[in-house]
Amino acid sequence: MAELAEAAHAAAEHGAESQTVQEYISHHLSYLTYGRFPDGHWGLAHTIEEATEMGFMSIHVDTMGWSLFLGAAFLLFFRHIGKRATTGVPSGIQNFVESIFEFVEARVNEGFIYKNPYVAPLCLTVFVWIILMNTMDLVPVDWIPEIAMAVGGLWGLEHMSFKVVPTTDPNITMGMSISVFFLIIYYSIKSKGVGGFLSELAFHPFGKWMLPFNLIIEIPTLFAKPISLGLRLFGNLYAGELLFLLISGLLGVYQLPAHFVWAVFHLLVVPLQAFVFMMLTIVYLNAAHEPVEHH
Amino acid sequence: MDITLTIIGQSVAFFVFWWFCAKYVWPLFMDVMNERRQKIADGLEAAARAEEDLELAQAKSTDQLKEAKVEAAGIIDLANKRGSQIVEEAKDQAKEEAKRIVAGAQADIEQEVNRAKEALRAQVSAIAIAGAEKILEGSIDQAANEDMLNKLASEL
Repeated sequence: MAELAEAAHAAAEHGAESQTVQEYISHHLSYLTYGRFPDGHWGLAHTIEEATEMGFMSIHVDTMGWSLFLGAAFLLFFRHIGKRATTGVPSGIQNFVESIFEFVEARVNEGFIYKNPYVAPLCLTVFVWIILMNTMDLVPVDWIPEIAMAVGGLWGLEHMSFKVVPTTDPNITMGMSISVFFLIIYYSIKSKGVGGFLSELAFHPFGKWMLPFNLIIEIPTLFAKPISLGLRLFGNLYAGELLFLLISGLLGVYQLPAHFVWAVFHLLVVPLQAFVFMMLTIVYLNAAHEPVEHH
Repeated sequence: MDITLTIIGQSVAFFVFWWFCAKYVWPLFMDVMNERRQKIADGLEAAARAEEDLELAQAKSTDQLKEAKVEAAGIIDLANKRGSQIVEEAKDQAKEEAKRIVAGAQADIEQEVNRAKEALRAQVSAIAIAGAEKILEGSIDQAANEDMLNKLASEL
């Protein structure tokens, strides 16, 4: 924690000699971006402006990298434990992993009443992956960016941004929620057929004579699912991160108690948001598997 | 909010990780836990069976104990009967023996009495002759009286 305070202080003195709190925060909220420059060549953006100019044809190396790293680490770790797992009394780490496994399995069994062996693994992936990505929020905000800037300095990137919490990037959360959205559509069509899926949009809830109203109600409902799913996660984590940055940027050396209080509160948000994402995925997919209703 | 290629990258990662989890992670734990569930179920079943077996064995042992008691009682009865039988037999034998001894003794006594009678008879005749000799003092014919005296002796 003391290092954190120093780091924050160092950050305040770093780069532009008199960095304002606003600059400090906006620096922390931007990404290490690799993309296509307006002149057509590809490379790392050196400033926030350059990154903004790249637009869609760019990739956030930091959040994407952390996301891939954490997902891969989780899966390889679980596989490692699963391979050594014994059917006898489970020991320490195996017990821990199994309790997560059982927790997810129980939620899926409660919420998902149809037969689909791929839903439970999906939920396990989503749950643990999001927990890990959210947990990055508890790493003091300057530790990893400072290291990244030190390393980046070797290639002339001493002012580079380096975002550590993937779930504070809407690309990451929306990437997942849109994937879930595709699954909703895929499984809806699979279980109801194209006609069934479309008739659910057109003829519910008021019957065929009210078709325009049905569409007005059902289409936003459909699209609200991925948007709310992704933005809820993003919003919660972004707000949490922002508050950490404010504490760090405004309070400087005296941030310790405030940081601690917010971190404790955030401990609640980290698994809760992962849980909400998983539960909503279960609910949406369960609804998608419902066969056509006959009236 | 800047939407970039990252959103596609994350979607691809999502499906790849899902596939990996479903194929290489989930089944491992599923198998282990199902196996353990089976093991526990088997264990519980075995315990229930053992308890049943124990009850059965206890019932059996009680039965056997009862049987053994009945048998023992039978044996004791038999032994008692046999014992009294032996005693009865011994009594009978003793009575018989006693009768025999008494009979033997009576025979002996009779014999003795007879022998004494013979002796007495012999002596009485002698005494009578002596007495008669004294009375008659030779006037009497020895030979004539001998027959008469012998008859007298045999009558005694």
